[in-house]
Amino acid sequence: MLLNIFNTIPIQYYIMVSAVLFSIGVMGVLFRRNAIIIFMSIELMLNAVNLLLVAFSSYHNDASGQVFVFFVMAVAAAEVAVGLAILVTIFRNVHSVDIDELKNLKW
Amino acid sequence: MKTLLYTSALAFICMITEMLNLRKFILPVAIVGLCVVFGINFWEWGNAQSYYYNMVVTDDFSVAFSGLFLFLGILILLLSGNFYKNEESKLSDYLAITLFTIVGAIALVSFGNMAMFFLGIEVLSISLYVLAGSKKKELRSNEAGMKYFLMGSFASGILLFGIALIYGETGSFDLQQIAEFATNNQLSSLFYVGAGMILIAMLFKVSAAPFHFWAPDVYEGSPTLTTATMATLAKVAAFAAFYRLFSSSLVNAIPAFAWVLSGVAALTLTIGNFSALQQDSFKRMLAYSGISHAGYLLLGILSLYGKTDNAIFFYSVAYGISSMAAFAVAIVVAANAGSEKIEAFNGLGKRKPFLAAALTIAILSMAGIPPFAGFFGKYYIFSEAIRNGHLYITLFAVVASIVSVYYYFKVIIAMYTEESSEVVFSIKPAYTVVIGICIALTLALGLFPGILQLL
Repeated sequence: MLLNIFNTIPIQYYIMVSAVLFSIGVMGVLFRRNAIIIFMSIELMLNAVNLLLVAFSSYHNDASGQVFVFFVMAVAAAEVAVGLAILVTIFRNVHSVDIDELKNLKW
Repeated sequence: MKTLLYTSALAFICMITEMLNLRKFILPVAIVGLCVVFGINFWEWGNAQSYYYNMVVTDDFSVAFSGLFLFLGILILLLSGNFYKNEESKLSDYLAITLFTIVGAIALVSFGNMAMFFLGIEVLSISLYVLAGSKKKELRSNEAGMKYFLMGSFASGILLFGIALIYGETGSFDLQQIAEFATNNQLSSLFYVGAGMILIAMLFKVSAAPFHFWAPDVYEGSPTLTTATMATLAKVAAFAAFYRLFSSSLVNAIPAFAWVLSGVAALTLTIGNFSALQQDSFKRMLAYSGISHAGYLLLGILSLYGKTDNAIFFYSVAYGISSMAAFAVAIVVAANAGSEKIEAFNGLGKRKPFLAAALTIAILSMAGIPPFAGFFGKYYIFSEAIRNGHLYITLFAVVASIVSVYYYFKVIIAMYTEESSEVVFSIKPAYTVVIGICIALTLALGLFPGILQLL
């Protein structure tokens, strides 16, 4: 029953939803100034990609898309761990997570 | 494949020796190990093979570039002994992360599948985020790490979206199958949008304008040895991956993006060269010069359907070794004079003729003046671009390279004509060795460019 629902929704709808999610993520990275929110926006971008991969994987009847999602998740976790570590060192030095504080180097 | 495995094994050994309290042996073991892997790497020469269902594909291209990465890695490790002298307790971490950078770079030239390509890029980038932010107490280093991380993961997101769209169109992550699908089928806009997003992400990674703005800040704020790694290893690896990805599976997309690529190349050359004119920090100037070198290499990407891998390889080698020499000199000067400004080089010609001569040769090679390696690098790239019908952008690049001579000569003039502030200078033997090797190679490749026509 549930599988039927997945198959009756055309692939274009999945593409649109992920494109919208991805754009929200991009806007978040570009316009928010709190580093934590920027991290969340980056995660949103990656999860939009995951959704798209899973949708295509089911569309093509091919499991490799879902395997790729695991790669993306694992790498995203590693990446964010490093990012948060860098953020902690910054917080220790400037006591803020606002990226506008970071202007010692000229942009 | 063996190269990839052994380099990763070496990185793990580095971490384990720390646990076993054998800190003294880490550096020699890592250097000797990399030299051995460098030798083993060439066993796979002339013998193209694929492993794990086409996940890893080794061919002459990957062997040649892996050799270059291992060579640059050996030079970086030679420099790191003295560079991290005051932080001996963390030496094993630095070495292991540097080795993982090399692992990522090798994965980036020997992938046969989008998954491996993505993993290679991430292993390379994540290691560099850590290295860029590795001076925990220094705000500038933190800031460089943060900026690099934000830009890098943003680019990874765009890259992944592109990969997902290509997968949606072709139903596969395998480069060969993607290429087959693209030649046999009418392609929809999904494919082109996907290829465009991958293109944007790669332009981010190679720091081409208008996606270059992170590079000068990150290069300036990072510890100088990490800057050297980013400017040589990471940049060359990104370009090799760019070439391999687009030449093996996305060739059909290149004509559609030819105008975009020539525009980006022109913009990169203009911004790189003209911004470099105004810099007073040597590191920042090298960052902008690195951006302009990305512009020259983009000409090779632009004409990649004409098989420009040899030109790109030669340029990468020439650029890699001359940059490494320049950064090694910059580390010595900064350690002694305590500043990274161009004024710190004043009077170097009198105080340390060897360093001054080495930096002059490295800089002349980067400017593309014969008889040094950089001249032939530029010559091959330009002749390939003209052969494939990109005449105007090549003329533009020639003019841009004339502009670049101006800011390169600023340093040379500072070294030979300005008065020196008396500082007692000391050079560690490791630096002399690295600078000597780089300069000898720059001269050898400039006089006999025929010895490196590998591909």
